[in-house]
Amino acid sequence: MDVRYVAHLARLSLTDEEAGLFQGQLQHVLDYVQELSPLNVADVEPTAHALPLQNVFRADEAAPGLPHEQVMANAPQARNGLFMVPRILE
Amino acid sequence: MAARFPSTIAAWRQALEAKPRHNLPSLLANLASAIDRCNPGLNCYIDWDGGEVQKALGGIDPEPRPGAGPLEGVPIGIKDVLNVKDQPCHCASRILEGYISPYDATVVARLRRAGAIPLGRLNMDEFAMGSTNENSAYGPVRNPWNKDHVAGGSSGGAAAAVAAGVAVAALGTDTGGSIRQPAAFCGCVGLKPSYGRVSRYGLTAFASSLDQVGPVTRTVADAATLLQCIAGRDPLDTTSLDVPVPDYTAALGSELGGLKLGLPAEYFADGVDPEVTRAVRAAIDECRRLGAEIIEVQLPHTRYAVATYYIIATAEASANLARFDGVRYGARVAGQDPLDSYQRTRATYFGPEVKRRIILGTYVLSSGYHDAYYLRAQKVRTLIRQDFERVFDQCDALLTPVAPTTAYRLGERIDDPLQMYLGDIFTVTANLAGICGLSVPCGFSTTGLPIGLQILGPALREATILQIGHAYEQATNWSAQHPPHGREAIQS
Amino acid sequence: MNAPVTYKVSIGLETHVQLRTRSKIWCTCPNRFGRPPNTDVCPVCLGYPGTMPVLNAAAVKQTVCAGLLLGCTINYRSKFDRKSYFYPDMPKNYQISQYDQPLCTGGAVTIEVDDQPRTIRIQRIHLEEDVAKNVHFADVSGVDFNRAGTPLMEIVSEPDIESADEAFAYLQALKQMLVYGGITDGNLEEGNIRCDINCSVRPVGQQELGTKTEIKNMNTFKGVHRSLTYEIQRQIDVLQAGGRITQETRRWDDERGVTSAMRSKEYAHDYRYFPEPDLVPVVLEESPLETWRAALPEMPAQRRARFVADLGLPPYDAEVLVADKAVADFFEAALAAGAAPKPASNWVMTELLRALGEKEWTLAEARITPENLARLLQLLEEGQINTPAAKTIFSACFEQGGDPVAIMQAKGLSQVSDEGALTAWVDAAIAAHPKSVADYQGGKPAALQFLMGQVMRASRGKANPPKVLAALKAKLDA
Ligand SMILES: [Zn+2]
Repeated sequence: MDVRYVAHLARLSLTDEEAGLFQGQLQHVLDYVQELSPLNVADVEPTAHALPLQNVFRADEAAPGLPHEQVMANAPQARNGLFMVPRILE
Repeated sequence: MAARFPSTIAAWRQALEAKPRHNLPSLLANLASAIDRCNPGLNCYIDWDGGEVQKALGGIDPEPRPGAGPLEGVPIGIKDVLNVKDQPCHCASRILEGYISPYDATVVARLRRAGAIPLGRLNMDEFAMGSTNENSAYGPVRNPWNKDHVAGGSSGGAAAAVAAGVAVAALGTDTGGSIRQPAAFCGCVGLKPSYGRVSRYGLTAFASSLDQVGPVTRTVADAATLLQCIAGRDPLDTTSLDVPVPDYTAALGSELGGLKLGLPAEYFADGVDPEVTRAVRAAIDECRRLGAEIIEVQLPHTRYAVATYYIIATAEASANLARFDGVRYGARVAGQDPLDSYQRTRATYFGPEVKRRIILGTYVLSSGYHDAYYLRAQKVRTLIRQDFERVFDQCDALLTPVAPTTAYRLGERIDDPLQMYLGDIFTVTANLAGICGLSVPCGFSTTGLPIGLQILGPALREATILQIGHAYEQATNWSAQHPPHGREAIQS
Repeated sequence: MNAPVTYKVSIGLETHVQLRTRSKIWCTCPNRFGRPPNTDVCPVCLGYPGTMPVLNAAAVKQTVCAGLLLGCTINYRSKFDRKSYFYPDMPKNYQISQYDQPLCTGGAVTIEVDDQPRTIRIQRIHLEEDVAKNVHFADVSGVDFNRAGTPLMEIVSEPDIESADEAFAYLQALKQMLVYGGITDGNLEEGNIRCDINCSVRPVGQQELGTKTEIKNMNTFKGVHRSLTYEIQRQIDVLQAGGRITQETRRWDDERGVTSAMRSKEYAHDYRYFPEPDLVPVVLEESPLETWRAALPEMPAQRRARFVADLGLPPYDAEVLVADKAVADFFEAALAAGAAPKPASNWVMTELLRALGEKEWTLAEARITPENLARLLQLLEEGQINTPAAKTIFSACFEQGGDPVAIMQAKGLSQVSDEGALTAWVDAAIAAHPKSVADYQGGKPAALQFLMGQVMRASRGKANPPKVLAALKAKLDA
């Protein structure tokens, strides 16, 4: 596993120390999960959910959301009713 | 020794009914001072300053309401992963610093409806990731039986508080044993309901297909009472089951006649602490004495459970924790562009175990590895589920240890994540299969640390495992023991 | 010198269509446009910790109905998946979408370019959530989450489109059908329909598709046309110069009229799809599908055919009327209120569409009702007003609204057919213009037109022209 690349996918910057530590620890875990490899699962259906549920819907009815002031009170940085982020480059 | 303080829901209700006019404020004030005294040593509540009790006292009517609910006036501790309106919900992480929840989790709303007072933020492993409560940004929880030992995790604060008598009862969450294992380590009762039995709305997700909210209590009867109040379909959680909620307390008795209980051979193999095996074996004998028939069964895919669990749980977690980016709420570190800000924010405010699991989960889903890891684990999950389907054709419930050992010493496994994960072997299976599981105290090690008996039941058969746990509890007196660092021992 | 190589173009469009529902896809926040930023938001659509999606039944129905309209196979079983990528407009930093089991697969859109019918195959239609809107300032960007969680349907075409004109026609046809189906409002200005373009060229004769480029986030059909015109030529130029096309995402600069490679430093996308554990699968039984199918509204092609066959309209009229569903609905409502098809068609096509164009209004903004138009045509038919008066009344109805009879009376526009008044004007004209009378009687019919004009002028346009003509002739021919 390339820990730095995967961490980048997950938007985590790692210190060199962390990268080294995690690399070893996670390789250890990955070696361990190799024990699933010998199992023959070719004809086994995957389980995404332990539930037999299907078709659970909500009726299309609208209701007001949260008060704007409450929404913005949690914002780390806000201006003019918007959540501010560093300039997005396209 | 009889308890001097009301440490169960039943006792609290009794105390309230004795003197309805003045008792609730004084009971609460008394509990608050017990927390004041115990918390510095145990660290089971996050940011405890007693202010919440004052606030609660201001908001309550000392007169019981007509037609009061089953939890009227009962304070219930809340694990820091559950949203309570107008309170922080740190998930024991620094990344949620500053976040104030605008809403009640469904379980919290249901507690309120039953008359309960949600009280405190119980410590936990950061985002419920851990088995020792050492992964909390707010410091580890200590075991009330021996402060050199961990309380277990991730609901360590809940278990320690209940065991120590500084929470009457609590709501925890269980993704791979996070209610049952700390309950076992601290000597209290913990119930993981079947997947879909209790709403997850308002529970900050760790692994959505495995998470469930459940009670941590001093007695099985209290667990039944709490489950009664929180169970049932919630329109805000599509995965909650639309199945009637039985009367859980009605099933509680003292007999086990007619029940067939299975002992899965794989849960009694080498590697389990002999003291744990001895205590669990003794509990099995007790159940036999109470009238249950005991049979041997097999769950052959048990050995794959930890690997399967850590792939699926971390995969889901990697997506669930992506939302913590410092844009809409929580902590943020500035950056030259959003990507830079995200990376710095997440690097600064997530703890190491959370980072490890996010990286692992991202990896097993990533292009080129998805099928070998994630898809394969989903298939093995099917095999594990089928194991349980087969054994529940043969018996009503299973008796097993909760964990292979008693509570670890603080720091014992912190540097070896894999060793830590392997300790979850007996609890992760219930989450993978979606079945229910109960942890009840069944003895102590020679060093005085509690040992737990796990009772696993088929999906939606909580009534059965509560019945077994209750009968066993009534026949023994483990639940009546009070730890040296709890309220009974230190509050005068 | 070799003969110049000719190129074949292959274009595939991924069209995102906002569905017309009352509430968002996962929460009960209103699904509407134009509110102040971050006012139609809640813990769910802000991606707060602990929140969960609950699927809006109407969003599923709308998507399935779109599939039925486009002749898709409706999949018995479908599910939702998480698609992971970090971006400030994504509340959860994953989008709930559909990966390997979409609601609809297959289907087609038929278009006509230069009188050539062409079939553009549809690959799939899936349902997902729209993202928030980013607003850019000099040094920072702002995010408005009102749009986040709007139900969004993605229609993916096969790369069957072979020119910018065809892409334009495809989008027009698609929009028309979806608006007819009540599935979207189809307001491009509000971002109801946006698309991503995949485009490649290859020398004629080459079997496999050329390397494609992607142009993202187009929100006007004209922009699609212009950007494709540019991009196709650019690719051909590169190939003719012996170069190679780089697979990349390009951005359309509408002002400069060019596409350019995006300067994203991003790693190759790795969306890490996996099944959304917070939602359960959708299983569509035959019986609700039949009910939905039976309730599908008439499509533009059917309506055109009906206008020609049942109403006797020329195909051109039918085409023009049907192009905008609101206009066709207005026309039919006028018929229901008593108007005859051809006059109603004439007035809608000329007066109504002209007035809308002049004002740059949508039909909803105009005050005239179909009943007003029917009444107006009735007045004309009965000879109570003449055509210029009818146009005046129409304008008043169009801008201010009101009953045509009341307007006619208020403005004194009713046509005079009264014999006495007519006779007086006719006699006056004859008396005042003896030369014209002599010319006419001497065999110059044009003089009659002059006299007619005099009468109309004297009546200030209110005299009934056929009656004036009859009266003049009666006097002069006697
Ligand atoms: Zn919302």
